[in-house]
Amino acid sequence: MTVMDPTLEEVKRRAEEREVLLDLENVSLSFGGVKAITNISFNIKKGEIRAIIGPNGAGKTSMLNVINGFYQPQEGVITFNGEKRSSMKPHLAVSQGIARTFQNVALFKGMSTLDNIMAGRATRMKRNMFWQMLYWGPAQREEIEHRKKVEEIIDFLEIQHIRRTPVGTLPYGLQKRVELARALAMEPELLLLDEPMAGMNLEEKEDMSRFILDVNDQLGTTIALIEHDMGVVMDLSDRVVVLDYGRKIADGVPEEVQSNQEVIDAYLGLSH
Amino acid sequence: METLYSVFIDPFVQMFELPDFFLQVLWEGLVSGVLYSLIALGFVLIFKSSRIFNFAQGIMVVFAALSLVGLHSFLVPFVGNEFVAAAIAMPLTLGIMYALAMGVERMVLRPLVGQPDIILFMATIGITMFLIGFGEFVFGGENKVMITEALGIPTGSIEFEPFGGFLLLEEKDVFAVVMAIVLVVSLLVFLNKSAMGRAIRALGDDHTAALSVGISLSTIWVLVWFIAGVIALATGIVWGARAGVSFALEVIAYKALPVLMLGGLESVSGAIIGGIAIGLLEKIFEIYWGQPLFGGNTETWFAFIFALIVLLFRPQGLFGEKIIERV
Repeated sequence: MTVMDPTLEEVKRRAEEREVLLDLENVSLSFGGVKAITNISFNIKKGEIRAIIGPNGAGKTSMLNVINGFYQPQEGVITFNGEKRSSMKPHLAVSQGIARTFQNVALFKGMSTLDNIMAGRATRMKRNMFWQMLYWGPAQREEIEHRKKVEEIIDFLEIQHIRRTPVGTLPYGLQKRVELARALAMEPELLLLDEPMAGMNLEEKEDMSRFILDVNDQLGTTIALIEHDMGVVMDLSDRVVVLDYGRKIADGVPEEVQSNQEVIDAYLGLSH
Repeated sequence: METLYSVFIDPFVQMFELPDFFLQVLWEGLVSGVLYSLIALGFVLIFKSSRIFNFAQGIMVVFAALSLVGLHSFLVPFVGNEFVAAAIAMPLTLGIMYALAMGVERMVLRPLVGQPDIILFMATIGITMFLIGFGEFVFGGENKVMITEALGIPTGSIEFEPFGGFLLLEEKDVFAVVMAIVLVVSLLVFLNKSAMGRAIRALGDDHTAALSVGISLSTIWVLVWFIAGVIALATGIVWGARAGVSFALEVIAYKALPVLMLGGLESVSGAIIGGIAIGLLEKIFEIYWGQPLFGGNTETWFAFIFALIVLLFRPQGLFGEKIIERV
C-alpha cells in the first residue's frame, strides 16, 4: 500500500461527497410467486466502483437486469442521472449511458473482435437507414469516425493482436476482455460488470483488475460490479452492497462490510 | 442392360454430342437457380435475425407482384402513360412492402416475443392466409400479366452460335440473372459493411448480447422483413414476367425449401450456392434423365429427393456447421 492508508472516516467522507448517479428506492421484483428482489434501496455515485456481492441466488444478477432494463421491477422508483424512470427497454438504457457485460460471456461468436466492438456503437450511429443501406457518403464518414474510437479502446485494453479473429475461437479470458471492450465502445456513464473475473486464472484476474481500475480512473466511468472473489472486491471497490435472499443485508465501505456479523453469517451459511 | 445404358451412358453421350443444347439447358437451370437463391435468401435473412421460419415468403412474392400490377392498372387512366404509371407504381409498391413489414412487426412479432418458435411459425401461416384473402379482395383473384414492358424490361432474345450450334437467351432471363446478382451483391455488401448490417448479424448471433449493446429488436425486424419484401417484389417481377402473376406463383417459394435443406437456414452463401446448384441440377436431370426415363415433370420433386440424399451423408447440410454437443 501507499505511504498512509486513509482512515475509515476519510474514506466514508469522500464517498459522501460524490453526486448520486443511480438511485434505487424500495425496488421489488418477482417472477410469478418467486420473489427475486425484495424492497431494496441503494445508490451508485458518480465515479465510484460499487460492488454488489452476496451468496449464489441472492438476486445480484436480477439487480443488474433491473438496472439495464431487461427486467421491469413491480415496485420501486429508479432514478438515473436525476431522471425518474418509468418503463425501460435495454436499448433505451444503452442510449442513456448504461452498458453491461454478462456472467457467461454474451458475445457475437461468429463475428470478429472488431465487428463485436463496432456493434457496441449501434446506438451512436446517427445516420438513417437510407444512407446506411447505400453505405456511402455520410454513413461511410461516420463509420470511419467510429472506427477511430474503437481503435482507441482496442489499444486501451491491449487486444490489437486479435482484431480480426472470430471471438468464438478466443480463450475465455480474452473473450471477457472483448466483452469489456464492447461495453466501453458504448461510452457508458455507468458500466455494469457481471462477474468479470469468473473462471479466470490469477494472471488474468490481475489484468482484468488493472483494466477495471484504469477504466474507472482514466475514463471516469462509474462501475457497478458483481464478483465472488472477495479479495478482488475489497481491493477494487469504493463501496459494497451485500444481498442475501433478495434482501439487502449490508451497505458500506469494504472495511465496514467485512466486519458486519450478518454478512459473515450469510457467507458461512448460518441458519435463518 | 438397356436401362443401365440410358442411365449411365446415354445422357453423357448426348451432352457431349450436342454441346450447344447442353449450354442451353445449363442457362435455363441457372436462371431458375438464381431465383431460387433469391427466395431462399429471403427465408435466411428472417430466420437468422428472428428465428422464424417465414411461411409467408411465397405469398409475399405474389402480393408484391399483385400490388405492382394492380397499382399500375389503377394509375394508367390517371396519368395516361404506361411508363410514368410504372414509375409511380414501383415506389408505391415498395411503400406497401414497408407497411407490411411494419404491420407484421407491430401486430404479429411484437405481441409474440418470447413465444416458442412453432407459435411464430404458425403466425406466419396466419399471415399467409391473410395475404391471400386480402390480395384477392383488393386486386381480384384472376391471373394478370406482369407489366414487363412498362418497367423497361427487355423482351427480345439474344442468339449465339457456340460450337457451330445454336443458343438462345431470352433478354428477360438475362435481366433476371443480372438483377438477382446485383441484389445479392448489394445485400452482401450491406450486411458486411454497414452498421445496420452488422446489427442484423449481431442479432442473428446472440439475442441477449444484441439487446445489451442497444440494438433495437423492432427496428431490425422491420428492416429485415422489408428486405424480404423487396426480394419478394424482385422475384415477383421476374417470375411474373415468365409465367404471369397469379396465386399459383406462391409455390415457387416451396422450391426454396430443398435449397434451405441443402444450404442450411442460417447461411447466406449456402442459400446462394444451394439455389444455383438446385436450379442447374434439376434442369439437367429433367432433360437428360427425367424425360427419357420418367416421362418428364421431374422438376417438381427432384430437388426434394436430392436434398434428402445429401442430408443422408451430410446431416448438417452442405454449409452448416457440425454441432458438437458437450455433455
